[in-house]
Amino acid sequence: MSSSSTTWDYAPAPESAPAEIAEAYGLFIDGEFIEALDGGSMDSIEPGTGQLLTRFAVAGQADVDAAVAAATRAQPAWAALPARERGKYLYRIARRLQERAREFAILETRDGGKPIKESRDVDIPEAAKHFFYYAGWADKLDYAFPGRRAQPVGVCAQIIPWNFPLLMAAWKLAPALACGNTVVLKPAETTPLTALRLAEVCQEVGLPQGVVNVLTGAGETGAALAAHPGVQKLAFTGSTEVGKKLAEGVAGSGKRLTLELGGKSPHIICEDASLDQAVEGIVQGIFFNQGHVCCAGSRLLVQESVQDEVVEKLAWRMQQIRVGDPLDKNTDLGAINSAGQLETIQRYLALGQEEGATLHESGQFGTLPEGGYYQRPCYFENVQPAHSIAREEIFGPVLSVMSFRTPEEAIQRANDTPYGLAAGIWTDKGSKMFELASRVRAGVVWCNTYNRFDASSPFGGYQQSGFGREGGRHGLKPYLKLTSWGAEG
Amino acid sequence: MSERLPVLKTYKLYLGGAFPRTESGRSQVVESAGQPVAHLCRASRKDFRNAVVAARKALSGWSARSAYNRGQILYRMAEMLEGKATEFVQALAATVPGGEERARREVEAAVDRLVSFAGWADKYAQVLGCQNPVEGPYHNFSLPEPTGVVTIVAPDEPALLGLIGQLAPVLCSGNVAVVLGSEAHPLATAILGEVCATSDVPAGVVNLLTGFREELLEQFAAHRDVDAISAAGVSAEERRTLELGAAENLKRVHVLEVAAAEDWFEEARFASPELIESFVEIKTLWHPSAS
Repeated sequence: MSSSSTTWDYAPAPESAPAEIAEAYGLFIDGEFIEALDGGSMDSIEPGTGQLLTRFAVAGQADVDAAVAAATRAQPAWAALPARERGKYLYRIARRLQERAREFAILETRDGGKPIKESRDVDIPEAAKHFFYYAGWADKLDYAFPGRRAQPVGVCAQIIPWNFPLLMAAWKLAPALACGNTVVLKPAETTPLTALRLAEVCQEVGLPQGVVNVLTGAGETGAALAAHPGVQKLAFTGSTEVGKKLAEGVAGSGKRLTLELGGKSPHIICEDASLDQAVEGIVQGIFFNQGHVCCAGSRLLVQESVQDEVVEKLAWRMQQIRVGDPLDKNTDLGAINSAGQLETIQRYLALGQEEGATLHESGQFGTLPEGGYYQRPCYFENVQPAHSIAREEIFGPVLSVMSFRTPEEAIQRANDTPYGLAAGIWTDKGSKMFELASRVRAGVVWCNTYNRFDASSPFGGYQQSGFGREGGRHGLKPYLKLTSWGAEG
Repeated sequence: MSERLPVLKTYKLYLGGAFPRTESGRSQVVESAGQPVAHLCRASRKDFRNAVVAARKALSGWSARSAYNRGQILYRMAEMLEGKATEFVQALAATVPGGEERARREVEAAVDRLVSFAGWADKYAQVLGCQNPVEGPYHNFSLPEPTGVVTIVAPDEPALLGLIGQLAPVLCSGNVAVVLGSEAHPLATAILGEVCATSDVPAGVVNLLTGFREELLEQFAAHRDVDAISAAGVSAEERRTLELGAAENLKRVHVLEVAAAEDWFEEARFASPELIESFVEIKTLWHPSAS
C-alpha cells in the first residue's frame, strides 16, 4: 500500500452552478408564500461553513390553523379530480424536479451539509423518481388492494427529518397526493430550503391551491400540527423518542399514524463473504450521508475467523475517505448537519471510550471551509453489546465493531435491540443468506449490498423502528381508507 | 331408584397448553334466567403475564411451521369446533338472546371462518407480498412475516364468532395470541380451549382468559413483551387506554369498528386478508444480480 512516489492530491472541484437563495422565506399556505402571522422566524445555518444561509418563518398555532384549513378546503376537489389527472400533476412535479435537479442538489448540500455527489446522484433523482412512481398509481388504486375499494383519508400532517430533506418530502407527499389527500408538510428546522423550493415547483406546475402546504418551524410547530383536530392522518419520520410521544398524543383521537423511526442496524459479515466487497458495503452502510441515516449499518458483526482481516481492510479503506467541503465533487464525507448534532456525535465518541471501547478516527481532511461542522469517520473496537455505542442511535459516521462465532450467535446479537429497521448480510452461500435474512427482525434486509433505495421498494421498520411502509404498493396503504367491496357502506 | 347425578364440567383457563385455574383463586358465576349455569375463572393480571410468557415461548416454533401445516391445524380446529357444535350452541344460548337458532348460526359461521383462514395460511403471502421492479441490478422482493405476540380483546357479542374472527387471521399468519374473551358471554371462551387442545395447536400458541376488561385491559395494552393488539367492541375510552399503553413500545394496534354484532357474519369483510395484513410486518430483501 505504501508508495515511494509523490502522493497525488485532488484539486478542489467545487460545484459552480448557481442556486439562488433569498434572504428570507415565508410559509407556503393555500398556494401563496406568506409571513408567519406572529412574525416569528429562525436562522438557517450552512453546516459546511457555519455561516448564516437565510432566515425562514416559524409557523405558530394560527399558521397551523390556516394551513390545515386550506388543506381541508382543497381536499374534496382534489379527491374528485379524475384520478389520471391527479396523477398528471405528480408527473409534472417529477419532471420539474428533474429539470431543476442541479439547483436542488446545490441547495440541499448547502442547507444540509451532505456531499454534492450524494445530493446530485441520490437525493434529487430519487425524489423525482418517487413522484414519477406514485403518479402512476393515482388511477390504479382499486387494483392495489384486491377486494377493497380505495378512498382518500383526508388531510395529512407530515413531519420530516433533516437527513434527506427533499427525498423525505417526496416519500411523504407523493403517495399522499396520489391517493387524493391534501397535505401540510413540516420540514426540519435545520433544512427547510428544498421543501420550500418544492412548494415553488407546486406553484409552477399549477397544483391547485391548498393541496400542498409547507410550514417551517421547529418542534413546537410540529407538535401543534400533529395535535390539530382537522388532521386525519399523521406521518412522521424521526427519532423513536419523538415517535412515541406522537403515538401517545394521537391515542384515542382516531387519527391514523405511521412512524419511521430510529435504528441500530446490524451489519453481519460471514467468513465466506467476498471481503473486499463487504468492506465497500460497510463503508456505504455507515458513512453514507455522514451516517445521518436511520437505517445506517452502525453495528458491525464480523465472524471471528475473518475479523482481523476485515478490520485491517476497513481501516485502510477508511483512510481513503475524503472529509471536506460538501460542495466539492470529490468529497466523500461532508459536513455534520448542525452544531448540535456534532456535539451529540462527539459526546458518544467520549462515552464509548469511557465505557472501554477503543476509538479509531480515520479519513483525510481535504480543504475544509472555516467554521463548518466536520467529523472524521470513526470506528470503535472492543465494543461490548451492553455499551451505549452498541445500543443507541448515534446518527453520525461512527461504527461499532463486534464479532460472532456462529450464524446462530450472529442472529442473537443482531436481534438484541428494540429497533428493527434494517440489516445487512454478507455471505456467498445462498442458503445461509436466506436463513439469516429470514431470522433477522428488520424491515429491510440488504444481502451482499447496503443502503439501496428505490421508489418501488417498501421501506420501514419492525418493533420500535416504527410501523407502516413507504415506497412501493405497500406505501399506498397508510394514505387510503379501504373498505370491502362486498360490505355495506 | 334415584335419578343419575350429571357430571358437571369445571371450566378453567387455557394457558400454555394446559387448563389451570386462575392463580388468584377467584371465580365468576355465569347465570341464565337468574340461575347459575357455570362457574368460570376470573383471570388475574398474573395469569395474563403467565400467558404472555407461554405465548412468547411458542412464537418461534409456530412461526417456523410451514404455512401448509398451520393451515391444516386451523382446519383441524374447524373440525373439532364442528364436532362440539351442540355444546357451543348450548353455551351461547344459555346467555345470548336469540335462543338456539341464533346460537347455531353463530357456531356455524365460526367454523366457516376457521375454514376460510385455514385456506389463507398458505396464500396470504402471495397476496400481501410482491416483487419490486427496482432500478439497477438488484433482485428485490417483499414478504409478510408475523408481528409476534398479539393480545386479543374480543367483543361481547358475538362471543364466539367475534373471537374466532380475530384469532384465526392472527394464527394463520404465524402469530401467537393471548385472548380476553367476551365478558358478557364468557362460556364459549372457556370451552374453546378444548378445541385448541385437540387440534394439534402447539402449547402456548393460543391462550384464553375469561375475566373482566376493567381489570385486565391496561395490562393487555402496556405489557412490554406484547407486539400487537387486536381489539373489537371497545369503547372510545377503552380504545384510548389501548393506544396509550401501546405507545410505550410501539405496539401495532388494530381496532375493529363493528357497528352491530350481526356485521361479524359478513364474509366480504371478515374473511378478508385485510385482517391478516394488520398482524404482519413487511420485510423487503435486496440482492445484487450479477455474474
